Amino acid sequence: MRALLLRDLRLALRAGGGFGLALAFFLIVVVLVPFSVGPQTALLSVIAPGILWLGALLACLLSLDRLLALDFEDGTLDLMVTAPLPLEAALSVKALAHWLTTGLPLVLVAPVLGLMLNFAPGGYVWLVASLALGTPALSVIGTFGAALTVGIKRGGLLLSLLVLPLYVPTLIFGAEAARRGAAGLDATTPLLLLAGITLATIACMPFASATVLRMGLR
Amino acid sequence: MSIWSYANPVKFLALSARVQPALWGAAALCVSVGLIWGFFGTPDDARQGSTVKIIYLHVPAALMAINAWFMMLVASLIWLIRRHHVSALAAKAAAPVGAIMTLIALFTGAVWGQPMWGTWWAWDPRLTSFLILFLFYLGYIALWEAVEDPDTAADLTSVLCLVGSVFAVLSRYAVNFWSQGLHQGTSVPVATGGRTVADVFFYPLVVSMLGFGLLFIALVFYRTGTEISLRRAAALRARADRGL
Repeated sequence: MRALLLRDLRLALRAGGGFGLALAFFLIVVVLVPFSVGPQTALLSVIAPGILWLGALLACLLSLDRLLALDFEDGTLDLMVTAPLPLEAALSVKALAHWLTTGLPLVLVAPVLGLMLNFAPGGYVWLVASLALGTPALSVIGTFGAALTVGIKRGGLLLSLLVLPLYVPTLIFGAEAARRGAAGLDATTPLLLLAGITLATIACMPFASATVLRMGLR
Repeated sequence: MSIWSYANPVKFLALSARVQPALWGAAALCVSVGLIWGFFGTPDDARQGSTVKIIYLHVPAALMAINAWFMMLVASLIWLIRRHHVSALAAKAAAPVGAIMTLIALFTGAVWGQPMWGTWWAWDPRLTSFLILFLFYLGYIALWEAVEDPDTAADLTSVLCLVGSVFAVLSRYAVNFWSQGLHQGTSVPVATGGRTVADVFFYPLVVSMLGFGLLFIALVFYRTGTEISLRRAAALRARADRGL
């Protein structure tokens, strides 16, 4: 398991791995928002939690089709299915690697980008907490979507159509926690619900992902 | 004779051919009686005026939109557990019908909401969860179209239906948390029995709901038959291509 994790991390970090792509995408989304809605700081500070969450979600989505497709093309995936390591565990590790290379950097740069969007000063803790708790769920659910569409040629758009409705509860609770935090309200309830979703998806989704991957590769 | 004998396509088609005329007839009768009675035979509401009559389309369509997904869920489970092809094809056949029902519910709701709420659309929990349900239907149909091998497609869409159901329910309650409701609650609560809609509106509504249910069953029978024929045609063509 550790070997697989290190391999995925190494592949992502080296040239052509697309490690920086999700971050750059996140940055450009945040930069484009003031261009599209105007530079009024009051308006920006109201919509900042939503923009940051949406940007993180889209950046996550963007990197999903690389998650399994590259391994599928060079045959690694077939080996993984037949390996002694359970496929559920392998997919959990892949989701973890995806989170470490896209979700975690997004969490770390979110406060900086929040500064650019005039995010309310008191809410940074809640913003980082909600992203840190929510992005693992995005990676795990995304792995399911990637496993569903792995055998399909040009499945990128289909992947978005399948995964985005599944992201709705995570986005609702995550953005709500960040918004309440920014407004100075108590954000414990949405944060706890978000943590519940994340834990439940981490526990259950790898089984669904492994099931559909076995079906798709058969 | 158990219900599982209809997993045989030949028996299913025979049953389908036998019951379809009656189903179509009953569906046409109930839908037309419900709608005509509802549109012409009921008085205008004291406050809503004649816009109240859109309920005879809106509520039955919304009811069937949810029940169609539920039927797909059951059919997917049967396919995953017992691997009856008819079941998978019935789920496939029901999806576009359910999607159209969702669209009808959303559209009639917008037409009603414009004069009553003063807006075509509001980010209300019920409205939003129906929109999400519609997206689930789209994803399900798109996945059926995208996968070439029919058995793999049936497998993948079945699991998507199961996982989607969990997330659809989750979304239904998550949107409650996110926004205050504008949509009224049900006026016919089945569990508590405290009906708040007058008889004169209620009876045509029941007939219309029954009619939509029958219409859905008839459509699913018809479309499943079509899918079975398509599957057979593909098998014949494959056999011809191999030169047998």
